[in-house]
Amino acid sequence: MAGPMKARARMQGNYADVRVLMSHPMETGQRKGRDGKPIPKHFIQNLEVRLNGKTVIEGEISQAVSRNPVFSFRIGGAKAGDKIEISWTDNNGDTNKTETAVA
Amino acid sequence: MDVTRRGVLRSAGATGVLAAALAAGLLKPERAIAASWNKAAFDAKSALDALKSIGAANTQESGDITIEAPQIAENGAVVPIEIMSKVPGTTALAVLIEKNPFPLASQFRFMDGALPFVKVNVKMGESSIVRVVAEAGGKYYTATKEVKVTIGGCGG
Repeated sequence: MAGPMKARARMQGNYADVRVLMSHPMETGQRKGRDGKPIPKHFIQNLEVRLNGKTVIEGEISQAVSRNPVFSFRIGGAKAGDKIEISWTDNNGDTNKTETAVA
Repeated sequence: MDVTRRGVLRSAGATGVLAAALAAGLLKPERAIAASWNKAAFDAKSALDALKSIGAANTQESGDITIEAPQIAENGAVVPIEIMSKVPGTTALAVLIEKNPFPLASQFRFMDGALPFVKVNVKMGESSIVRVVAEAGGKYYTATKEVKVTIGGCGG
């Protein structure tokens, strides 16, 4: 179900610029399928960013986030080599995660 | 900890396993709170109701919140929005698209060095005020920007 997820983190001065791409349909529940029936809502609800195992950002998002969401975050106090983990959970309980090292 | 609460809920199947895990302290209550999703706020159909649901009924205009978004978005399905708060002690940011059917689009909490900054692509059904609310020291600050949409994005 969950497609590929990519993340990249790079030091920009005193913070790590973290970019993450998630593969997800982010269905709003307002579209109709070919059969004329509404396509059920299916979207990421929660996401979490961890720096060396410690949660630094928690997000709650709605179906208004675009399909295949892309986020940028800035984490102060990070340094090259630090581990960044990002995970999400959608309204069906599906989850996915990825990790990267700060470059 | 690789065992997510939901993963356990799904794979356990038998409630006995879950009870055992709870008893063993494998599933910390904090974890459950961390994965919360403010249904009332996200289901709110007006920006005012959404603001009330996130506790931000009283906000103060602030010039220390920046919103970078296109003045005219040709495709409402993908509108890039970059937000940042310079209000000292900002711990959370919320994005509301006032004319969307459900205005609250996202909210983020920042801890332990994470800067109050987010860039995200959102869907906009029509031209609308984009409102950002920052929480700092228990108070709420806000700024807005109008984005005109040529083709609405709620169908796509």
